[in-house]
Amino acid sequence: MSGPSTYEPKTGIERWLDTRLPIVRFMYDTALDFPTPKNLNYWWTFGGILALMLGLQIATGVVLAMHYVPHVDYAFASVERIMRDVNYGWLIRYMHANGASMFFLAVYLHMIRNLYYGSYKAPREVLWILGCLIYLAMMATGFIGYVLPWGQMSFHGAVVITNLFGALPIIGPPITTWLWGGFAVDNATLNRFFSLHYLLPFVIAGLVILHIWALHVPGNNNPTGVNVKSKADTVPFHPYYTVKDGFAIGVFLLLFGAFVFYNPNVLGHADNYIPANPLVTPAHIVPEWYFLPFYAILRAVPDKLGGVLLMFGAIATLFVLPWLDTSKVRSMRYRPTAKWYFWIFVLAALVLGYCGGQLPDNPVIGAPTGLMLLDADVNSMVWLSRVATLYFFAYFWIILPVLGLTETPLPVPEGISEPVLSHPATTPTGAAASPEKRG
Amino acid sequence: MGKPPGGPLSKGSFKVADTVVGANPDPHADPSRRDFIHIAAVAGAAGAVAGIAWPLIDQMNPAGDTLALASIEFDLSKVVEGQQVVIKWRGKPLFVRNRTAAEIQKAVATPLSELRDPETDEARHKPGKPQWLVLIGTCTHLGCVPTFGGGDYGGWFCPCHGSHYDTSGRIRKGPAPKNLAVPDWDFLSDTKIKVG
Amino acid sequence: MLRKAIALAALGIALVAGPAAANTGEGYELRHPKWTFTGPFGKFDPAQLQRGYKVYREVCAACHAMDLMYFRNLGQSSGPFYDAEYKNPNDNPYVKSLAKDIQVPDIDSETGDVIQRPATPADRFPKPFPNEAAARASNGGAAPPDLSVIAKAREGGPDYIYSILTGYLAPPAGLTMTPTQHYNAYMAGDLAPYWKGQGHAPKGGFIAMPAPLADGKVTFDDGKPSTVAQQAEDVTAFLAWAAEPKQTERKQFGLGAMIYLLIFTVILYFSYRRVWRNVAH
Repeated sequence: MSGPSTYEPKTGIERWLDTRLPIVRFMYDTALDFPTPKNLNYWWTFGGILALMLGLQIATGVVLAMHYVPHVDYAFASVERIMRDVNYGWLIRYMHANGASMFFLAVYLHMIRNLYYGSYKAPREVLWILGCLIYLAMMATGFIGYVLPWGQMSFHGAVVITNLFGALPIIGPPITTWLWGGFAVDNATLNRFFSLHYLLPFVIAGLVILHIWALHVPGNNNPTGVNVKSKADTVPFHPYYTVKDGFAIGVFLLLFGAFVFYNPNVLGHADNYIPANPLVTPAHIVPEWYFLPFYAILRAVPDKLGGVLLMFGAIATLFVLPWLDTSKVRSMRYRPTAKWYFWIFVLAALVLGYCGGQLPDNPVIGAPTGLMLLDADVNSMVWLSRVATLYFFAYFWIILPVLGLTETPLPVPEGISEPVLSHPATTPTGAAASPEKRG
Repeated sequence: MGKPPGGPLSKGSFKVADTVVGANPDPHADPSRRDFIHIAAVAGAAGAVAGIAWPLIDQMNPAGDTLALASIEFDLSKVVEGQQVVIKWRGKPLFVRNRTAAEIQKAVATPLSELRDPETDEARHKPGKPQWLVLIGTCTHLGCVPTFGGGDYGGWFCPCHGSHYDTSGRIRKGPAPKNLAVPDWDFLSDTKIKVG
Repeated sequence: MLRKAIALAALGIALVAGPAAANTGEGYELRHPKWTFTGPFGKFDPAQLQRGYKVYREVCAACHAMDLMYFRNLGQSSGPFYDAEYKNPNDNPYVKSLAKDIQVPDIDSETGDVIQRPATPADRFPKPFPNEAAARASNGGAAPPDLSVIAKAREGGPDYIYSILTGYLAPPAGLTMTPTQHYNAYMAGDLAPYWKGQGHAPKGGFIAMPAPLADGKVTFDDGKPSTVAQQAEDVTAFLAWAAEPKQTERKQFGLGAMIYLLIFTVILYFSYRRVWRNVAH
């Protein structure tokens, strides 16, 4: 996709096919010979991990759909039948359920990498926006999928999330009724959710193809953030990055396996093994862990509409990020000040995730102080999440735009392979390179 | 800042090259060379794919609850002489026929040379109990259900494509290639049988 | 780099585990008998499961359904009555005879009448009440929950079940009791409205189920002393098995899969080092 193709058909069949449908050439240029910066670190392996996870989720999901019954009376029992009677059903279902968590874990690490190394900046804005769309589609798929087992958390989670749309003035209530297909979350809702849960992963797969296309036009960013200058800066994707990604995938699968085989229910909620009962809500209703930061933002606002808007605003902010960050330097490696704000941002996101799993009035440390600020105790989860929410938005809308103009970056290397003598730490590292490579 | 190059995210993985080597190593050290470790890695990947592929394939085989219904017990006292009862077994009809002496006689008297799928009547019932015939009720042609007592031979007649079976369930006329199949069954007591 | 990724992952997990841990409050800390089936190499003890089934059948089944359980499950691999001679649990004679002792509802194929017939291994455990309303009406307004997956459906799992079963302590003096409520030290609930005594209301809560177990209530075939603690432990093990009959299979499969993945990852690492050995990066 970038530069002339280096593919040379070797056999007659390949030549014949190449003049009719150059799919082998396409695969060769995209997946084998694609010039990739040679200095990518392990943070760049999550792309491959995510592709694998999408494939695994689709494969296991298609299989689960062969046994699942999308009906309020049978959904719960059909999932348990998969776990008990279907050959390897327990494996497939646990892989799918924990795979969703692993998928989100990988996508969050992929996004952190992106934010740190400035991969969203020109000329990769479209690549970044496509990534945001994938993330959005993943959230929709993950939420809808969690409804399908039709346990208590499934049902009441669906009730809460669909009611979010009801907060919108005028159009809210009709939208909610339309989503439900009735006056409450019921069989019609479950059926359409099943249909959409089958559809959305293929939408994601389509977006992933566009994402990879958009990646292959400018090529990979790299830890230095500087552009690739020459062929000496790159290595072909295969075997260099196939094997490196492969190793990272192996490590990732070990973590995945630890959940699937030894802790398959630790990421879920016990309440979801109680069949859905519209008449009783569980005492403590929380979404899956990957939604907790957004859930905390939602609850940080005392107003229903305000909370919903702020939560969606948090996601919308990501889409405009390329135009909020004014810095000319991509990599935080050369942005000594921004780096600290970045890590505080990561901390704020984790704090939001923590708050999202707690009751809003729980004290953060020790006992409540008894000191009320507006509507809640100063020492309460709701205030902690307000502080973190404030930082979350400030980071994107104030810190990044201002810092790009005021910060003095460190000297940036000329190119990936060029030494930067003014960079104090470079020389020893370069000199320590193995003698083997000179041979 | 006294940090290693590139800050906290990049420790150890980023080394700025002091000379331009990189993508052009000497030909004797071709990194894609098929040495043992690479073959092992590829084999390992193939094994992992096969390992996950098998559960995804095997799940389509009959599940535990389906297998549980794969054998059934049936009380013969409900079947009157000269009649048959059709029960469902593994999703298919099962003919349990209580034959009359005349019907048995007719089946035994048929010479094997007249049969398309030669098989004696004795081989199709349990020893000493010739009146009880247990057959899978699907035509061996394309799986339709033959009707009881019809056809030219007093056994069964398949309405789909006109196969005639005799009173032993053997194919006599029409497109079907084989006799009606006898499932795996046995007597549990004089009046109770188990199929499957 | 990798260490950081793993640390981050661990942090994420801690974040998830946090709310769960913060939730169990209310009652006392759960009792924790030594289970044979926990941990990566844990297995169910068939003798214990057999005793547990007996407790369920003779005590719990009077009120609690286990609708997802079939009699054949009792004879499957790692189940209470598994017999290697009968790979197909439907053929297991012991399971057959256990099933035959229980009457299940059916429809007479000739008359269409509702009849009761002896169960076969392919039958589900029968429900004690025809529907939820009947269950509620017969139990003072609180329907006894289905026990099929109860060990997965409660925070704390087996420890919680065991604690509830053994947690019928004498109600603290000063607690106003109603005839349909029973004090249990491990039940979640707020007792403040019923507390007339000194200081804070006691931990624990009210439960509609009266203490189900008593010393000697079930006679164990293997001669185990039939104490409340023993009955509770055994029936809890049985319920833990019933909630996930494939648990042993999962752990055994997992061991092989994890060893394979580990070796594969190590090979990939060396392959990676070899591919990259001539590249400065």
